[in-house]
Amino acid sequence: MTEKMTSPKIVGERIKEYLKEGKRFDGRKPEEFREIKIETGVSQNAEGSARVKVGKTEILVGIKMNVGEPYPDSPESGNIIVTAELLPLSSPRYEPGPPKFPAIELGRVLDRAIRESKFIDLKKLCIKKGEKVWTIFIDVYSINDDGNLLDAANIGIVAALKTARIPKYDEKEDKVLFGELTNKKIPLSKEIPLSITAHKIGDNFIIDPTKEEEDLSETRITVGSTGEHICSLQKGEIAPIEIKELYEVLDLVEKTYKNIFKKIEKFLK
Amino acid sequence: MNKEFKRIDGRKLDEIREIKAKVGVIPNADGSAMFQTGKTIAIAAVYGPKKMHPQHSQDPAKATLRCNYNMISFSVKDRIRPGPSRRSTEISKITEWALEPVLILDDFPNMVIDVHINILQADAGTRCAGINAASLALAQAGIPMKKLISSISIGKLDKTLVVDLNKAEEDFEEGEGPTDIPISMTEDGKITHIQLDGKITKEELKKAVEMARKACKKIYEVQKKALKEATK
Repeated sequence: MTEKMTSPKIVGERIKEYLKEGKRFDGRKPEEFREIKIETGVSQNAEGSARVKVGKTEILVGIKMNVGEPYPDSPESGNIIVTAELLPLSSPRYEPGPPKFPAIELGRVLDRAIRESKFIDLKKLCIKKGEKVWTIFIDVYSINDDGNLLDAANIGIVAALKTARIPKYDEKEDKVLFGELTNKKIPLSKEIPLSITAHKIGDNFIIDPTKEEEDLSETRITVGSTGEHICSLQKGEIAPIEIKELYEVLDLVEKTYKNIFKKIEKFLK
Repeated sequence: MNKEFKRIDGRKLDEIREIKAKVGVIPNADGSAMFQTGKTIAIAAVYGPKKMHPQHSQDPAKATLRCNYNMISFSVKDRIRPGPSRRSTEISKITEWALEPVLILDDFPNMVIDVHINILQADAGTRCAGINAASLALAQAGIPMKKLISSISIGKLDKTLVVDLNKAEEDFEEGEGPTDIPISMTEDGKITHIQLDGKITKEELKKAVEMARKACKKIYEVQKKALKEATK
């Protein structure tokens, strides 16, 4: 394992003691999210963009589009590519260089949450079957990492996609006129995909951890869902879980989805 | 469950493809195994515990488990470019997380245990086959283990849950399409790995976990038998 910086041990022990009584340092309940702030249209040059703050955690999402060839196995579908970068400016723990595992996993789990929920109607992004389709690049950057980047990034992706405009495309010249946006939006479904990550600390599950809490996480389960359906799931880190604990997490996620949705609904119109 | 649903290869809903497991397939390795379900073939080799290099990567508290999942270029119909990808990097880590809970690593401070998994032929379920092979290889290498890990993929095709999807089933397009849920657990039902792609309700997912539990027990028996045969 690569060495990782962690919070002081004594802080961890105190967090655990608190959790036994169902309390957290910042006064939240175990299943309570921090305050969520969403700003859209934060980038002039992106087709869509969003800045999301969850407590002190901050991420930036940008949508860029381009025309390219479809994959041979899906000649009538547009493509999505989700990439995440953990910027060294966002935490003393991150260093410049090629992406390491945490960034790769972040991108891939977000990709699945968006792709599997069928939030983007890829069929409508086909320009000419087998030859030309739109590719949507979804790029996530960490600006300040105080835990739970993934759930925050998922909210950011939804907000950025919702507000994105497709650029003009000159079919004769086969050229995308970047910077000249049409009024057309990216075709999205009504069901909003959200990722919710539950972390196990001792015998308790919490959601939306701060970095100090995240350092103590023995295992985490990220569930991507649309409220009604579960569309992606990933267990991370080492501690095993009992089957009944998994069921507990599923209930917790269901409840949390409703809470978060209420908080962010107004930003998504 | 939908009794009328016909699987492409005629299997019953809870039927695993034919499994073959063999321990000790790579003489150079400290432990090795082949695990095959249907046409999916994984081999795994364990080297170690050995000294971790570079020194600054050493963990003075325990040995480090390092897994490396790789598909060989001609394991699938469209050739894969050799070398690591984002997908293989993730599966390598997932494999480490799946296996590490059963290993007793504190006996080997500053050491590293390398597990190399190669997919020779792919027909879906490669990460599960890789984990099954790796679990056997670790056991043969004599790494102290509390349990074996067994891994299976549960699928949902439209609304029907089935065990151990093959590639043709993974590409199923009707109704709600395919959902893939790879799960790894110990024989006493502790989950060390679970992922999901697709669309499923909470209740269906619970059923899928129960099916995985049963399937993993069957795989465990095959693994146990393979280990016994290796010591003959």
